Amino acid sequence: MKQASGEKCINLKLKVWRQKAEESNGRLESFKAENISKDMSFLEMLDVVNEEIILSGKDPIALDHDCREGICGSCGAMVNGRAHGPEKGTTLCQLHMRHFSNGDTVVIEPWRSRAFKVVKDLVVDRSAFDKIIQAGGYISVNTGGAPDGNAIPVPQEVAEKAMDAAECIGCGACAAACPNASAMLFTGAKISQFALLPQGHPEAKKRALAMVGEMDKQGFGNCTNEKECEAECPKGISIINIARMNREFLKSSILS
Amino acid sequence: MHWNSNRFILLLSSSIGKKLVMAITGLGFCIFLISHLAGNLIIYAGNDAFNSYAERLHTLGPLLILAEIGLLLLGIIHISTGAYLFYQNFRARPVRYKKKRNAGGRTIGSSTMPYTGFLILIFIVFHLVDFHFVEKADRSIYQIVLETFSNPGYTIFYILSMVVVATHIDHGFWSLLQTLGIDNLECMPVFRVISSAFSLFVGIGFGSLPVFITLIT
Ligand code: FES
Repeated sequence: MKQASGEKCINLKLKVWRQKAEESNGRLESFKAENISKDMSFLEMLDVVNEEIILSGKDPIALDHDCREGICGSCGAMVNGRAHGPEKGTTLCQLHMRHFSNGDTVVIEPWRSRAFKVVKDLVVDRSAFDKIIQAGGYISVNTGGAPDGNAIPVPQEVAEKAMDAAECIGCGACAAACPNASAMLFTGAKISQFALLPQGHPEAKKRALAMVGEMDKQGFGNCTNEKECEAECPKGISIINIARMNREFLKSSILS
Repeated sequence: MHWNSNRFILLLSSSIGKKLVMAITGLGFCIFLISHLAGNLIIYAGNDAFNSYAERLHTLGPLLILAEIGLLLLGIIHISTGAYLFYQNFRARPVRYKKKRNAGGRTIGSSTMPYTGFLILIFIVFHLVDFHFVEKADRSIYQIVLETFSNPGYTIFYILSMVVVATHIDHGFWSLLQTLGIDNLECMPVFRVISSAFSLFVGIGFGSLPVFITLIT
């Protein structure tokens, strides 16, 4: 569908990372994004560009997305060197084109980390995060009748902190933005959400050791407290969760 | 999995363990710097006071040697672990971004840690040659200080080195609190301020000495 031109529309020059498969060499390819409504999201803008690419008989730009409302963590790319684009606290699908100006050049690259292999174009394999979760990011519960709602008392402030950590949608922006490609904000958030709540305590020791061990195995870098992750996290997750992970890991390592 | 056996090795070989090694050795240096600065500030009290401080320090004998060996070990561990972390972090992103911008989390200190660390190493070599392994038989330590700082080139090198040291500590001190897991949401801003204040204290404390010496000579 053609957008009406006028003040509400902008024209952009895109430079998008194109890579056929994991093993092939990639490069930046230029595209024109014309008559883009400022009310569009970044992904909708890419949809428009892709439609034209398809019409010209070429391979559209591959990208990950699902909910398009900032809650699933599927989308994500580096936009002009910033994870999920220049706005704070947004995912790529919630980034709107009104934040761009007519004539802008926009460079779009996939997340870069040894642990995130490029599958195609902007799509990266984030199963390294799944492996970290599989190593201990869960609680084991016995089946049976549902427990009473307030059987385990949790202070409000503790619940709040746990919920803040649990906001993580696993998009990978932290590792992508980190100068060291470290996954410590992700792992810290996932360890924290359980460490704070009584339900997580029985497996706390095993969890911290296993999840940190898996994170290291996946080839992520080491955190140097640069705070870039916190600044780029679409959910604003604090690096305080990394301090808590350090604490949990130390407790598990030293006190057996 | 045998988490119980070799637990210590496992801890040290992990990412958090290596960070911990950096934090603890770094803390060791911070404590050393406080005592070193406390001693050096006696220069302000003049020739006799400073020389007698140096004499008393050397009466510690074996204890002093023990401390020196301790510092050397701290240095070796801090540098080798830091170098390994630097290598690992470099390897963690084999394909770099064509375009990368900072999001506002990094500071000058945080983004230059490996480089300021390396510069400090160079400074320490010069520093030891000039003040530690120097021929002390015919001169007092106060005289040595005066003579060394009478060279304006060296004075500038020294002051610049102190700026580098302060930059390293500004991130390092806060960072070690975070790594040790002492940090929490309420204390984080306070820790940041304490870290900057400490780095300024060290930087100005040492950096002001050659200025003072130049002024009195
Ligand atoms: S598509 Fe679900 S968060 Fe962006």
